[in-house]
Amino acid sequence: MRKLLITVAILLAVHTAFLVFSPRGTEAVADPDATRVGIVLDVGGRGDKSFNDGAYAGADSAMKRLGADIRFIEPGEGADREAGLRLLAAEGMDLIMGIGFIFTDDLIVLSREYPNSNFAGVDFSVGTDEAGNVIPPPPNVAALKFREEEGSFLVGALAALVGNSKRVGFIGGMDIPLIHKFEAGYRAGVKHVCPDCTVVAQYAGVTPEAFANPGRGKELALSQYQSGVNVIFHASGATGGGLFEAARATGKLAIGVDADQAAEAPGRVLTSMIKGVNAAVYDAVARVDGKTFKGGVYSFGLAEGGVGYVYDDNNRALIPDAVHRRVEQIKADIIAGRIKVPSTR
Amino acid sequence: MSESFRLRAEEALLPSIVALLIALILGDVLILMFGESPAHVYSRMIEGAWGNPYGFAQVLYKTTTLTFAGLGIALALRAGLFNIGAEGQLAAGAFGAAIVGISLPAGTPGLVAVPLCLLGAAAGGLLTGGLPGVLKAKFGAHEVIVTIMLNFVVLALLNWLIVERLRTADTLHTPEINAGAVPRLSEFIPAFHGSAANVTFFFAIAAAIWCWWYLFRTPGGYALRATGLQPDAAEYSGIRVGRVWIKAMALGGMLAALGGTNFVLGYKHYYEDGFTGGSGFLAIAVAIVGRNHPFGVVIAAFFFATLSQGGLAIHALVPKQMVEVLQGIVILAMAAAVPEVQRALRSARKVVAA
Repeated sequence: MRKLLITVAILLAVHTAFLVFSPRGTEAVADPDATRVGIVLDVGGRGDKSFNDGAYAGADSAMKRLGADIRFIEPGEGADREAGLRLLAAEGMDLIMGIGFIFTDDLIVLSREYPNSNFAGVDFSVGTDEAGNVIPPPPNVAALKFREEEGSFLVGALAALVGNSKRVGFIGGMDIPLIHKFEAGYRAGVKHVCPDCTVVAQYAGVTPEAFANPGRGKELALSQYQSGVNVIFHASGATGGGLFEAARATGKLAIGVDADQAAEAPGRVLTSMIKGVNAAVYDAVARVDGKTFKGGVYSFGLAEGGVGYVYDDNNRALIPDAVHRRVEQIKADIIAGRIKVPSTR
Repeated sequence: MSESFRLRAEEALLPSIVALLIALILGDVLILMFGESPAHVYSRMIEGAWGNPYGFAQVLYKTTTLTFAGLGIALALRAGLFNIGAEGQLAAGAFGAAIVGISLPAGTPGLVAVPLCLLGAAAGGLLTGGLPGVLKAKFGAHEVIVTIMLNFVVLALLNWLIVERLRTADTLHTPEINAGAVPRLSEFIPAFHGSAANVTFFFAIAAAIWCWWYLFRTPGGYALRATGLQPDAAEYSGIRVGRVWIKAMALGGMLAALGGTNFVLGYKHYYEDGFTGGSGFLAIAVAIVGRNHPFGVVIAAFFFATLSQGGLAIHALVPKQMVEVLQGIVILAMAAAVPEVQRALRSARKVVAA
């Protein structure tokens, strides 16, 4: 017994000794005039190399260029989203952002309780009433929406034109309507240039974990490649890491999503469907910084440069000039409204 | 008498204190590696969880789910069965409660609606917990495998129902329930304003008391514990082990499923895909750290809820993963170090007695 008590005493002493350490010396003093922004990330969290990292990159450049003071929270379970937003709102942040459609309800609740704070939601889900009219978000909430189907249409066309196979692949993360938008646009793009092609579409899972499961991503990619698919587009967050690994292993092609993912499998990334989360986040911070922030729906598509595809030195060798011209023509047609891109499967 | 009481108290508390201190010290090292001061991080953590009414109420909210799920796991463990299915059972329970709440006409009085919703939740748990129990008793299918795989089945099925059948616009949840909502604690304690904590917290406490009564004060509980300690001996003494297994898994599933009502009846008033966020797996740790004792489960649930809520508050200083690592260390320390310490204690007691 005494031995145990002594153990407790020793451990306590060690712990107390550690408490004295303070590597920073003094607390960094924040600039009182800086725009203060709080961001609650999606379940995937930092390090997914697409959606959340895009938001982080946008915030990071706002920190550097605008001198904004930005805090991040990564929630765990469902109730943490509201808790995170609340924590930030209670600190009187100038702008509070939720990254992901799942924050929609939480943002609406918080924006009513803090009518003097600004809120923004990436992929904020804007509802419609029974007559089909759009219900606008609360006046202090900016809904940052993307027309992912337009960018997906372009990479779909590209996949079919370059792939040299009647089968093209798609890997989604969680099997939900938001990801179906990517698939719908992609399918339509493939069919537009190759009506008798088939799209092999698979999803990594049915829980939010499906966005963070590279093992499953690799499994799906390998089976698709083996079935005669030469190009696979993914919309699956960190799960896509497995696709790139499979592309490196088999020498076939992959298409990245959200950000330029060329570095994930050098020479094997045909292109990436860019979703400008970083630009949208930066934009929102800049508006608050410039005191021009307004609530409402902001829709980013090809015309606004909110979505697009990568064509640069990394992938120019993979895309023949004729194909590039054709895709640019399709892009112009979409912007001009000559091609209607479906957003549901 | 007082001497033996002191010994018992020390035996119960000291190992946990040692484990906690080991975890704290490893946490110190981790925090220093991130270039922050441990004192600052820990104080922010405590402040975020207990330092303000909102944070404390959030801790109570998280405690509720973890208590229910932890009780479900502990009850099965007392019968010698490892129920890994709490995650699916939570979801099934939440969905069951939501379906009942949606089907009821609006304006159904709470005294009728709430019990019906609880029954709906329990039904979900009865299915997802009872099935592995039956398979175990009748065919010898290992409950660990069955419950793990059933998690996937349940979550996939519910996802399909939500996405293809019940979805409201482009979100991931059912419509709101018409009846069966329970009040939030903030209606009685205004300082808790905004928190998700609700009356189901008291249901969880009641469930813990019921568990204790059932396990230690009824013949059924005796049969359950006997089966867990030594199934062959239990069988020999006339206990029908198969039945006990089915009962333990069914009851455990129902208890875990009731945890889903915390979210559906008390917080959002709808079932949302993926709301559990791993609570059902964390509850395994709750049951183990709580030593499979109903009251221990409540304390452990409160402790892990504090870690989780406090973890939110220190995000600006250290990554989320650090809190997860800290949780892992606590679980390891409790599970691995403690039996060693207890053996030491037992020999110490022998010395005292002699």
